[in-house]
Amino acid sequence: MNKVLSNRFAIFVFLGPALLLYTVILLIPIGWALGFTAFKGSPISGFEFAGFDNYIRLIGDKAVRDAFWFGLKYAAVVSGGQVLLGLILSLIYVFYLKSGTAWIRTLIFFPVVLPTVAVAQIFSKLFAIAPQYGLVNSLLAAIGLESFVQAWLGQGDTAFWVIVIMDIWRAMGFYAILLYAGVIDIPTELIEAARIDGASDYQIARKVIIPLLRPVLVSAIVFSLNGTLKVFDTILALTNGGPGTATSPLTVYFYKVAFSFSQYGYGSTIAVLLTLMSLVVTLLVLGLSRRAEY
Amino acid sequence: MKKKVAPRRIFFLLTLGVLLLIEIYPIFWLLMSSIKGPDEFSLRPMYALPETFHWQNYVQAWTAGKMSIYFRNSVLATLPAIILTMLLGVMAAFAIEILTWRFKSGVLFLFLAGIMVPAQIVLLPLFTIYYKLHLTNNLIGLILVYTVFGMPLTVFLMTSYLKAIPREIFEAAIMDGASIFQVFYLITVPMLANAIVTLALVQFFFVWNDLLLSLTFISDTNLRTVQTGLLSFVGQFGQREWGPTFASISLTVIPTLLIYLFLNNKVIKGLTAGAVKG
Repeated sequence: MNKVLSNRFAIFVFLGPALLLYTVILLIPIGWALGFTAFKGSPISGFEFAGFDNYIRLIGDKAVRDAFWFGLKYAAVVSGGQVLLGLILSLIYVFYLKSGTAWIRTLIFFPVVLPTVAVAQIFSKLFAIAPQYGLVNSLLAAIGLESFVQAWLGQGDTAFWVIVIMDIWRAMGFYAILLYAGVIDIPTELIEAARIDGASDYQIARKVIIPLLRPVLVSAIVFSLNGTLKVFDTILALTNGGPGTATSPLTVYFYKVAFSFSQYGYGSTIAVLLTLMSLVVTLLVLGLSRRAEY
Repeated sequence: MKKKVAPRRIFFLLTLGVLLLIEIYPIFWLLMSSIKGPDEFSLRPMYALPETFHWQNYVQAWTAGKMSIYFRNSVLATLPAIILTMLLGVMAAFAIEILTWRFKSGVLFLFLAGIMVPAQIVLLPLFTIYYKLHLTNNLIGLILVYTVFGMPLTVFLMTSYLKAIPREIFEAAIMDGASIFQVFYLITVPMLANAIVTLALVQFFFVWNDLLLSLTFISDTNLRTVQTGLLSFVGQFGQREWGPTFASISLTVIPTLLIYLFLNNKVIKGLTAGAVKG
């Protein structure tokens, strides 16, 4: 038995190809990127040792600071919105939706699978102002609110909210299903017992369901942050980080430094910061939720 | 008691109705706009339904907009990437969960770490390697990256599914004289068939919808995939010609729409599995 299961040739055949590709394409480049952070230049211009210069530049770079805070603000608002709307939807599913209405959940989930570039293009047309009004401006004009017609994507603050709406729109059905599955897992006796004791739906949600849903809520928040902290596609395709750099998170700034300016060392340093930010925020959420349990 | 509940029920069902409308209407609007004639955009409001069936939009997107080329490239990149990810991922999960050797938990951890790492950190070194090996502007290079980025989730979920299968099943087969390779393709793969289909769907959406990786490794117009292609298409036509633009957006949406129409349960299950277990 053990001879068959610990056959070295079999281990090599089964694991070898996956591990080899994974090492060459992911693990080695991660180490390599760390090495890049100590250099200036690019493969074309040649490299020059720079010590900690890239890190010093990173700390003093206003564009990095702006992108960093923009990214955190974006992640907090969008992840908060995704999980909150998902929670509200999941509770509506549980309390007010009769069985046989799975199609509603299925429809609300649908935007999740749409290509991000397509979603961004839909939203860019929804909020367009020229050469003709998009849907939103067109509706505003129709109901006599001409004064609200504006270049939604041409101003930093409104562009931010369009991106926020787009990314919440894209994902709320996903979190609704995720949390709905969690609510269904709660034993019905607990909810029934609370109801017999005279608890209202609101009290049941607040005192029974949400506390028991906590592990699922935490993993939903972590999963959501994991996506929003790394947001790239939707923003690039909708605003390309603009107007100016008003909607550039670190990922977009990284892309410019790396591929427009060909600064491999500094680009990698920004990527390291991005990685650390994702790690720290995730660990923070996990840590806070664990501490709150006691 | 019932009287007290009713208004609240109506309020929440109304909320649900509004949210449902908000989620679905933009997609409906997209499909309707894609068949409008050029005059309809400038002369009629955006919320008006189409007056004509201007299918020429699709023809223009497909030919002049090169969507046919982008589609071919996406299919050529997506299918091999799905097959490779599933094959290598299931094999690796089998080696990690079923076979017995010393460093398996360490190797599993290496694969799992990939879930957290942002793709940006590997782009510059990988671009350097690819450039030297002539894998930039090459669909094979793209397929390999997709395969590797699909690996962490596949290995993670497959090992957890394998853990749920009683070990006795594998041991009994070996007692009966099955070789380890027979245990893999006669027992493990059929038992994971459902999970493989589900994860293949997840991988399909990941690859089909990818922008970052194809943007980085493909710059040749004739090798672009649908997402980068769409981006360049709207860059060219987006301002002036809305009909073909809407048609090209619809073209990238329709495959995902069809798959979702027929397999929505599996898709939902697959896409949420990663979040629940993670």
